[in-house]
Amino acid sequence: MKKKVLGLLLSTTMVAGMLSACGSSATTTETPAAETPAAETTTEAPAAETPAAETTTEAAAELPADEGKVLNISAWNEEFKSRLTDHYPGYEVVDGTTGKIGDVTVNWLITPNEENAYQNRLDELLLAQDSAAADDKVDLFLVEADYAVKYTDTDYTLSVKDLGLTDEDLKNQYTYTQDVVTDSNGVIKGTSWQGCPGVMIYNREVAKEVFGSDDPADIQPLFSDWDKFYESAGKLDAAGYDVISSTADTFRVYQNNASLPWVDGTKIQVDDNLKKWVEDSKKLADAGYCNTWGQWGEDWSKGFYPEGKVFAYFGPAWLIDFSMAKDVEGSIASQGGWAATEGPQGFYWGGTWICAAAGTDNANLVADIMRKMTCDADIMKDIVLKDNDFVNNRPVMEELANDPSYANEVLGGQNPLKMFCAGADKIDMANLTAYDQGLLGDFQTAMGDYINGNYATYDEALEQFYTLALQRYPELTR
Amino acid sequence: MDKKKSNSNVVKFNRWGYIFLIPFFVTYIIFSLIPLFSTIYNSFFENYRSGLKQIGPNFVGINNYINLLSSPEIWKYLVNTLIMWVGGFIPQITIALLLAYWFSDPSLRLKGQRFFKTVIYMPNLIMASAFSMLFFALFSDSGPVNQILLSIGVIKEPFKFFQYVIASRVLVMLMNFLMWFGNTTILLMAGMLGIDSSLYEAAQVDGATASQVFFKITMPILRPIFTYVLITSLIGGLQMFDVPQILTNGRGNPTDSLTTVIMLLNRYLTSKDVGRGGALSVFLFVVTGILSLVVFRMNSSKDKD
Amino acid sequence: MENQAAAKTHGLPIGARRTIAYIVLVFFSFLCLIWFYILLINSTRSHSEMTLGFTIVPSTHLLDNWSSLINGTIPIARGFANSLTVSICTSVLCVYFSAMTAYAINTYRFKGREAIAAFILAIMMIPGQVTALGFLQLINRMKLDDSLIPLIIPAIASPVTYFYLKQYMESNLPLSLVEAARIDGSGEFRTFNTIIIPLIKPAISVQMIFSFVGSWNNYFTPALILHTDTKKTLPVMIAQLRGADWLRFDMGQIYIMIAASIFPVIVIYLILSKYIVGGVSAGAVKG
Repeated sequence: MKKKVLGLLLSTTMVAGMLSACGSSATTTETPAAETPAAETTTEAPAAETPAAETTTEAAAELPADEGKVLNISAWNEEFKSRLTDHYPGYEVVDGTTGKIGDVTVNWLITPNEENAYQNRLDELLLAQDSAAADDKVDLFLVEADYAVKYTDTDYTLSVKDLGLTDEDLKNQYTYTQDVVTDSNGVIKGTSWQGCPGVMIYNREVAKEVFGSDDPADIQPLFSDWDKFYESAGKLDAAGYDVISSTADTFRVYQNNASLPWVDGTKIQVDDNLKKWVEDSKKLADAGYCNTWGQWGEDWSKGFYPEGKVFAYFGPAWLIDFSMAKDVEGSIASQGGWAATEGPQGFYWGGTWICAAAGTDNANLVADIMRKMTCDADIMKDIVLKDNDFVNNRPVMEELANDPSYANEVLGGQNPLKMFCAGADKIDMANLTAYDQGLLGDFQTAMGDYINGNYATYDEALEQFYTLALQRYPELTR
Repeated sequence: MDKKKSNSNVVKFNRWGYIFLIPFFVTYIIFSLIPLFSTIYNSFFENYRSGLKQIGPNFVGINNYINLLSSPEIWKYLVNTLIMWVGGFIPQITIALLLAYWFSDPSLRLKGQRFFKTVIYMPNLIMASAFSMLFFALFSDSGPVNQILLSIGVIKEPFKFFQYVIASRVLVMLMNFLMWFGNTTILLMAGMLGIDSSLYEAAQVDGATASQVFFKITMPILRPIFTYVLITSLIGGLQMFDVPQILTNGRGNPTDSLTTVIMLLNRYLTSKDVGRGGALSVFLFVVTGILSLVVFRMNSSKDKD
Repeated sequence: MENQAAAKTHGLPIGARRTIAYIVLVFFSFLCLIWFYILLINSTRSHSEMTLGFTIVPSTHLLDNWSSLINGTIPIARGFANSLTVSICTSVLCVYFSAMTAYAINTYRFKGREAIAAFILAIMMIPGQVTALGFLQLINRMKLDDSLIPLIIPAIASPVTYFYLKQYMESNLPLSLVEAARIDGSGEFRTFNTIIIPLIKPAISVQMIFSFVGSWNNYFTPALILHTDTKKTLPVMIAQLRGADWLRFDMGQIYIMIAASIFPVIVIYLILSKYIVGGVSAGAVKG
């Protein structure tokens, strides 16, 4: 009984906190929101700090104390849904778009990412958050590194500390994952369960056939820089294989190794490394060493099957497990036919961050989801073992990296975690801007046309990139 | 001309005319007229979202129009739209004329007319979004069309329809053609059946060939309905959206060459760029307004006949 | 004799012309049907079968594809229900109120009638897209965003349907009938509902079909208004497939979803084709 009262009390403090956050966001929509959260979080922090300590011990047992009967989660694909379904204690599937945790209905608002559609939708939801009915308010939403800043640097997202996540909870996460969601005042506004260092994932059979070995130690030297990459691509081509499925596959590798952010002030900048991607890709495509189709399409994923005749894909752990059709009979993944190596340059790709929306009426539940999914070592280890994801927990990953019994079936029993761990330490997120997703999409669209031969010169394609970019972001300049 | 009919009894009832018009006008004013005025009003403001921040509305006069009309994009998209419309319309009107002529030619006595008419009209009723999604699947690099072409040996490697400007545009034209030629055939046929058959008989007696009959008799009589079809098709063509939007996923690829004017409007509407979207809407309103005026004149002159 | 000789010297003989006509007709009918045939075949095949190449004969996976679609992440059943709701409501409202408007213009001789008729004619061709921006703002203010209502109510004012029905009434509705009803003491509203509507039934049913199909296929506005998956209509769901990550679907699912949204209309059309095709040409003669 006492427990219950405490929980109730706790939730009211929470709600009060939310309400004030809510109110202030209502009055500040017109001013650049970035300035306000600083003042707010400082005043808020002491109040939130006290319950925080309690929540850690309490919340697990007291989940239903939240007001809301509906937990709205905004996402762009099914990944987090499947993680939550498989690993969050007490989650039950109701149907394709809903689930249940206790007596709270979990409502999935899934909008595909294409053409910024997800961001546009999320903007609408967040801007309507104040006036929305309790059951329609977004409680939790997911963001990607490409545009995280756009949301974390406003008071539409709650500080994770206010939700009761402590430094102790967060200490094992990779710092870069926290940098992505840290606002301009240094407040952490979200959290992630995964890290996304990327590797080159290649087809063992093809490696044996063309290079005489499928051992990463033998393959890596053949792909250790872009010139060697091109040279080996030629050998693969001669044997009837494409080195990668599409020129789009290497984009992230070049993009992450760029030294300039996409936007400086309001000026759009194109880094030299991106120009190098265009040139290298053009060379590959013209030589017929690979195709140019967009990622995620049917044609692109043909290479997941032996008939697709693709040597390698670039991607992080989630690509290997989530996307490479390991459950489909006849796919290379189902036979453990892949292997991983560093490839020409280190990179990261993707990653999903969980943010709590200001105005949520399920703060305890949101906090608990964050804590369980992104801080709980046991659950995270379970994610690695069951789904082979790379989780955002250094001790867990390092333990498994050195665990000889851990083997990734898709990779034919290889333990790639050491490679991933090394990659995760090198990730630098200094160059993120709020415009990345739109701009890199437009850049790939325009340059894809150049690589396909629809534009005669790089400059023509660059012109088209600026046209698209300014259409999308009228506030930017060239 | 109505005065003869009207007597005091009828006059009493005539106020009912206004009452019966209320639903139409209330709905029209709320859902079309007010939006039209607010669209025009918005076109004079800078008003968009930068991230989650609202920029404006700031009054900028006719700046949005200047920016719109001086940028090459709008003209490019207008040209794209027209190219894809013309490419669909020319075969559409040609084939429709031919088929309508055959259907209505009594000397040919074609059998199975109902079957053919039913079949060629059918694509007009197909959901354009589903139809373009279907074409996207059929013409993808590993889709059935490529599979068929490969298996009969026409090509050795899959033809990448969506990587070539011409191929992609031809697909859009083909779809527009398929969706509209049956409709046009039936419209033209209705016009042809209205032609007095004694004209044809007289021509035959004079020994005119089929093509002479067609160009000397059929075409001149068809001209009004022909113009009607042309203008309404042009207005419809300017609204081209579903097919290229879904076929290219809104991007208008390759090289933005499939982007139509309405796709640009859709980009502004989805990103809440109210100012630029407003100016574009008004521009479209003016263009279609002028074209509508032509149709309107034709209809009202027909009314008076 | 003379005619035949003339035909022979000046053009192709009738038999040859007829043959050409049949060949051309068969070709274009083929061009209209082939896509739907491929669609039909591929909806019955599994993903792995499809990667192997196209076959002319159907396979056996129709029900598998259907069940994976129904159990998938797209709430397709809701999409059907939403599309049906919108299309049925739209066609009923559109036709009933268009008939009412047409009746007003056709029957009554009130002041400003000519001007109003001209006005409706003038706005007939203005596309909905040019007012979409203001329309979206309006429905946001009315709190009707993400709702089916703004897709239905505006159908009350449909100038094109009105125009067709007015033309029909002009040639098929004797005003003496209205006067007879008045003498019998029938109220104006009752006369419209019980006498006029049944009289113009043929025109009404044709327009209902067109209005239904138009609404069933509509994509532009619903895509801007509907955001929640369970509220979307079929065209919006289909369009979403294009942007979706295809790895989550197999091709069988994609084909069956397209088929499911196309074939109901085709079946209705085949049943009613006589009226529909007749309706198009009737509109042309009178329009």
